[in-house]
Amino acid sequence: MSSAAYERIRNNPKFDKLVATRSRFAWTLSAVVLILYYGFMAVVAFNPTLLASPLGEGRIATIGWPIAALMMLLFWVMTGLYVHRANGKFDEINAELIKEATKEAQ
Amino acid sequence: MRNLSRFLPLLGLLLAAGAAYAGPGTVGEAEKQPLNVAAIAMFVAFVLSTLGITYWAANRTKSTADFYTAGGGITGFQNGLAIAGDYMSAATLLGLTSMVFAKGYDGFVYIVGFFVGWPIILFLMAERLRNLGRFTFADITSYRLDQSKVRTVAAISSLTVVLFYLITQMVGAGQLIKLLFGLDYEVAVVVVGVLMMVYVTFGGMIATTWVQIIKACLLLGGGTLMMLLAMSHFGFDFETLVTKATEVHKDGTKIMGPGSLLADPVNAVSLSLGLMFGTAGLPHILMRFFTVPDAKQARKSVFVATGFIGFFFLVVVLLGMSAIVLVGTNPEFFEGGNVGGKMIGGGNMVAMHLAKFVGGNIFLGFLSAVAFATILAVVSGLALAGASAISHDIYANVICKGKPKGGSELKVSKIASIFIGLAAIGLGIMFEKQNLAFMVGLAFGIAASANFPVLILSMYWKGLTTKGAIAGTICGLTAAVVFVVLSKAVWVTVLGKAQAIFPYDQPALFSMPLAFLIAFVVSKLDTSAQAKREIEAFDDQYVRAQTGLGAAGASNH
Repeated sequence: MSSAAYERIRNNPKFDKLVATRSRFAWTLSAVVLILYYGFMAVVAFNPTLLASPLGEGRIATIGWPIAALMMLLFWVMTGLYVHRANGKFDEINAELIKEATKEAQ
Repeated sequence: MRNLSRFLPLLGLLLAAGAAYAGPGTVGEAEKQPLNVAAIAMFVAFVLSTLGITYWAANRTKSTADFYTAGGGITGFQNGLAIAGDYMSAATLLGLTSMVFAKGYDGFVYIVGFFVGWPIILFLMAERLRNLGRFTFADITSYRLDQSKVRTVAAISSLTVVLFYLITQMVGAGQLIKLLFGLDYEVAVVVVGVLMMVYVTFGGMIATTWVQIIKACLLLGGGTLMMLLAMSHFGFDFETLVTKATEVHKDGTKIMGPGSLLADPVNAVSLSLGLMFGTAGLPHILMRFFTVPDAKQARKSVFVATGFIGFFFLVVVLLGMSAIVLVGTNPEFFEGGNVGGKMIGGGNMVAMHLAKFVGGNIFLGFLSAVAFATILAVVSGLALAGASAISHDIYANVICKGKPKGGSELKVSKIASIFIGLAAIGLGIMFEKQNLAFMVGLAFGIAASANFPVLILSMYWKGLTTKGAIAGTICGLTAAVVFVVLSKAVWVTVLGKAQAIFPYDQPALFSMPLAFLIAFVVSKLDTSAQAKREIEAFDDQYVRAQTGLGAAGASNH
């Protein structure tokens, strides 16, 4: 691919906006995953009894089980959220960018 | 097949060499069981159908792109299933079930660590991988750097990871098949190795992907059915399950919360880092991102894979917990009927015993066949990743300087896969009686320390230069190996020393940041004209990474 087309995309203000929005979205989601996971690991390491507290009066099941399961479910839903936005809105802008850059070349 | 017959004498030689090598450091070997006819019949059915697919795929494998990446013609959903298949190895099913069985909640915590890398891979890597790479991940790291040098180093670390991972899979296959099917260890290893060579050499990535998809469906379906059958013993009620489990488990209610497994937080964090970023540095997983037509499908495939992997892991948690009651109290599954004593076939057989309990011999046969199929599919992916490192990185781009003669790259890749298959058989037999616990840690440790940091820096950091990339890879590789050798798994268990010098199980927490640091410092110190050009080339690479303009598309068939 010619450097000129890349140059044109780079100079298109839409590109900066797309990259900034998408990166912010991706990094925010990553931060949520990492903070929740390492927060969870910190509780496991430093306050294990918290996760071992029963789900209810006289019950054997502890809150640790649904917490771990819901965390996994949430992470998966977040991947769905990212794919939905990236494959929808972001890819529309992306397609416009490429069209504009390659059209000008002709 | 005609080509293979030429190698048979060599196989015999390797067998003999393996038999002669039964050194010290042996571990408890799996007992050979009587021939399991149901299991063998179901496995033969699987092999026949996959050979049919290989034949079909062979007619579609004409170019190097077909061979390495199925011509980029796999859909996001199919690739998602295949990624899930690559990740759900037999070790995952057997090992994680046993871990929950033995440790309860600790096993669950460990499982979450196995899972959490996937969303990160999607958010930070998937689209850039697809937009920049073509056949191997070295395509990305060498994109604007010195092709020969960066690819050579990347190929070496890829092959190291592939080889260690292959050995564990081959040895696991031999032990498992001996136990489940009643076949000799050597026969099992040769069967796995030969089938792998056939799939990869003739069917390339198309066959490998479909073998992986079929196996993923079988594993998901079989696992879910087993979970439902097991849960029916508890009225499908989690509270009933855990009440009974805590009554019979030797640790009682302690299994309901975090316990000893993660008592050392530094070890726990290092382990989860190794799993998380090791996954993102495994060559056969990275290769999957190049089999889809574009970044859109690459993202979708991670979403699909994450869903299936997460679901399967939750199934495994329930399997492990119900096995505490259904297997753990049943004298049928313990040597001499001694409940709580030594389990028949060793501690990793919990899932298999559970299958027998809930579904009889037929279901055990089915699950055995699935486990065998799982190993077969994973080793095929590994062999293909190894072969592409040799043919695409070393042969086509280093030796032929990016201009291999027409058709020669494909030929080299096929020969390479045969050699990798032979090496896997030989090493599998050689390492039969060794304790291989360290090798999985090593494979993930090297992937996380040698492959991942340079891959991430090459995509995200403008300042990375050839010298920095090479120093980072070599340093990560060396550090991971040295730390593992000094850790308990090698220093104490294999070499018989009294105390480990490196106190943790997984080196990633130390070796990975070290690789990042070295790559960063060396790049910063590199003020050559070449480094300046490489840094300038980042801008174009960045646009391609973000937009996919100029990325390798799907071939038309």
